[in-house]
Amino acid sequence: MTERLTATTAPYTIGIPPFRPGEEADFGGAFKEQPGDLWRPDPATCTSDDTAPHARGLLRVLNDKGEAKGEWDPKLDASELIQGLEYMMRLRIFDDRMIKMQRTGKLSFYMRSFGEEAVAIAQTMALENQDWIFPSYRQPGAQFVRGRDMVSMICHCIGNTEDNVRGRQMPVHYTYKEGRFISISSPVGTQFSQAVGVAMASAYQEKDEVCISWLGDGTSAQGDYHYALNFASTFKPPVILNVVNNQWAISTHANLATGGRTFAERGLAYDIPSFRVDGNDFLALYSITKWARDRASAGMGPTHIEVYTYRAGAHSSSDDPSAYRPNDEASCWPGGDPIQRLKEHLMHIGEWDEEKHEALAQKIDDEVMVAYKEACEFGDLASGPYPPASTIFTEVYETVPWHIQEQREELGK
Amino acid sequence: MADMNMIKSLNSALSIALKQDPNVVIFGEDVGFFGGVFRVTEGLQKEYGPHRVFDSPLAEGGIAAIAMGMGLNGLRPVAEIQFADYIFPAYDQIVNEIAKLRHRSGGEFSSPVTIRTPAGGGIKGGHHHSQSPEAQFTHTPGLKVVYCSNPYNAKGLLLASIECNDPVIFFEPKRCYRGPFYGDPHNVPTWNGHPDADVPEDHYIVPLEQARIVREGSACTVIAYGTMVHVAEQAIKDSGIDCELIDLQTLVPWDRDTVVNSVKKTGRCVIVHEAPKTSGFGAEMSASVQERCFYHLEAPIQRVTGWDTPFPHTTEWDYLPSPQRIAEAIKKTQEE
Repeated sequence: MTERLTATTAPYTIGIPPFRPGEEADFGGAFKEQPGDLWRPDPATCTSDDTAPHARGLLRVLNDKGEAKGEWDPKLDASELIQGLEYMMRLRIFDDRMIKMQRTGKLSFYMRSFGEEAVAIAQTMALENQDWIFPSYRQPGAQFVRGRDMVSMICHCIGNTEDNVRGRQMPVHYTYKEGRFISISSPVGTQFSQAVGVAMASAYQEKDEVCISWLGDGTSAQGDYHYALNFASTFKPPVILNVVNNQWAISTHANLATGGRTFAERGLAYDIPSFRVDGNDFLALYSITKWARDRASAGMGPTHIEVYTYRAGAHSSSDDPSAYRPNDEASCWPGGDPIQRLKEHLMHIGEWDEEKHEALAQKIDDEVMVAYKEACEFGDLASGPYPPASTIFTEVYETVPWHIQEQREELGK
Repeated sequence: MADMNMIKSLNSALSIALKQDPNVVIFGEDVGFFGGVFRVTEGLQKEYGPHRVFDSPLAEGGIAAIAMGMGLNGLRPVAEIQFADYIFPAYDQIVNEIAKLRHRSGGEFSSPVTIRTPAGGGIKGGHHHSQSPEAQFTHTPGLKVVYCSNPYNAKGLLLASIECNDPVIFFEPKRCYRGPFYGDPHNVPTWNGHPDADVPEDHYIVPLEQARIVREGSACTVIAYGTMVHVAEQAIKDSGIDCELIDLQTLVPWDRDTVVNSVKKTGRCVIVHEAPKTSGFGAEMSASVQERCFYHLEAPIQRVTGWDTPFPHTTEWDYLPSPQRIAEAIKKTQEE
C-alpha cells in the first residue's frame, strides 16, 4: 500500500504530489507487489473480508519480464491477446490522430485515453455482450470492443451531419446504444450511481446482465461515488464499480484529493469485495473483471475495483500538465505502458514480433486516416455541414411541445 | 366512485400503476414497510412485494440516480423525495442527467422517471418543510412539471405522469393531502363530501398539459396551482367579483390555449403561487400573458406570491398568499 504524502502545516494538513516540475520523478523503480502475491477467492462465496489483502495490495498477472504468473492468469488464447493489443493500439493511434486534428482546428476539443488504454478494453473484453457499459470520458475504448465503427465515432467528435447525438455534445461524449454503451455525461461521477440503477433493473427483470462503470480518483470525492457504493451495498445488484486511480484529476494529485489510504479499501467498509489492480496489466484487468462478472452472475452483487494506473497524457486538449508535474513522470511510472507490456508478453510467448507490431500499427494508422476522411465527407468542423438547427428542438421530450415548437418557428429553421 | 382524500387517491394511482405495469417500481425514504411519512404508499409493499415498493437509503441524489439507471434499462420508476425541500441533493441528477438524457443521446436513451414530492407550506414546517421549488424545475428543459391540487386531479395526473415517457416532477401540495385549504388555518375542512374528492376507483387519466377551469367568470382571470387554487377560490368568493379561476395542473408545458383564451375574455389577470416572487413561475406566466394578450389587457397583471424570504415557521400565515391579499389584487385589476 502506498502512503499518501502530506505536509503538516498549520492550520491544515495539505497533501503533496510526489513530484513537481523540475524535480526528478522517481517512483522507486518497479512495483514491489508481484503476481502470485494474492490468492484468487471463489467469486461465488467470497466475502469482503476475504479481499482485505487485495484492497491493500496490488493484483498483478504480468511480471516485469512479460511473463503471466499466478492463479489470476486468465489464460487467454493468443488470438484474444492479439485482439486486445489491436484494440489498445487502435485506441492510441485513433487518439493521436484526433489530438492532431484538434491541434489543427479540426476538432473543438479532445480527450485521450493515453496510458489507460487497457482499462476499458480489457474490462469490456471480460464481459458479455449483453452487459451494460456506463463509462466516463476515459473509456471510449470500450466501443471498439463492442464493434463501433470509427467513422461514426469521428462524426460524433466533429459534430457533423452523421453525429448520432446531432452535434449536441462535446467531442468524446459518445453514445452507442447498439453496444449498450450509455451516453457519456460531463458532470463527473453521476454515471456511477446510475449504473447501480441499471444493474438493479437487470436484476429486477431477471436478466443475466451486469453493469460496469468507472470514475476517477478525483471524482471519488463526489457524493455520487458514495451513493453508488452504499446503494450497491444495500441492494447488491450485479454491478462492477471501478475507481480509475490515474494519479491526477486535472492538476490535483490523488494525495490532495483524499486523506484516505487505498481507494479500494473504501469498498470494504461497504462490505463490497474490493480489489486494487495494476491498471496497466491487461491480464490482471481482464481477470479481475471476469471474476467480478462471475460473482455478479452468481447473484452475489457488486465488486469494487481500484484500477491503479497513470494518466500519461494531459487531462484534455485544454490542459498543460507541464505546469504541475514533471514531463517525464509517465515514463517513470512503475506500471509501465499497457500496450508495451502486452506486446512484450505476446513476444515472450512467441506469438508476436516487432515486424508484426509495426505492420499492425501501420494498418491501423491507415484505417484511422481513411475513417477520418470518410467522416469529413459528412461535414468538418470548419465548414460543416452540421446537423440542422432544428435538432436543437427535437428529442428534448418524446414529442415537441407547443412552446418549443413556437421557439423553433421563431428561429425559422 | 369513492370518497377519497388526496393521500388515498394518490395511493390508488400508485396501486393501479403497479398492477397494470410490472415494470413500475416505487422507492424512496420510508415508502416501503411504513408506507411513507404522509402514508401515500401505505399497503403497497404488502400488496406488490418488497422488490417493487421499497425503502431506499437516505440519499436523494442516490434515489434520483438509481431511478435514472432503472428507467433507461426498461423500468418505469416512481421515486419519492420525502419533502421538496430535500430535492436539492438530487438536483444535479435531475437537471443534468434525467432531464437531458434523451436529448444528449440523440434519442438513443431515455428514462421515464416520475419523481413525486410533497411541497408547499401551511403545515407549520418552517423553511425546510414548506418550500415550493417548482420554478427550479420549470427552468429545466426536458422535464415536465406537474402540480396537483385535489384528490381527483392528483390521481389522474399521477397516472398520466407515470405513463408519460418523459421525466416528470410531480408536486403534491401537502397542505391539501387531507383537505382543501381556504386560507383560514382555524377552519380546516377535510375532503369529505367535496366534489373533487369523488374519485373513480379504476384507472383514469387527467391529461398532462391541460389546465382546469375551476370556475368560469368574466371579470378577471385568476391563475393558480396547488394549495393556492383553493385559497384563490375563497378570495374570489370574498371579493364578490366574477372571476375565472384556472388551475394550471401542468406547469411545463402549460396550457396556452386555456390561459390565453381566458385572459382575452376577461382582460385582467392575477397570478397566485406560494413560492417567492422573484423568478417564480408567476413571472413566466405574467410575461407570457403580456406577450400573448397585451392588446386585450385592461389592467396591469398582478402577482400574489410568497415573499422573497425564507419560508417562516410561526408566521407562515403572513407569508402565504391569503384570500385577503388575492382579493385585493383582484380588486386592483378592476380599478384601471
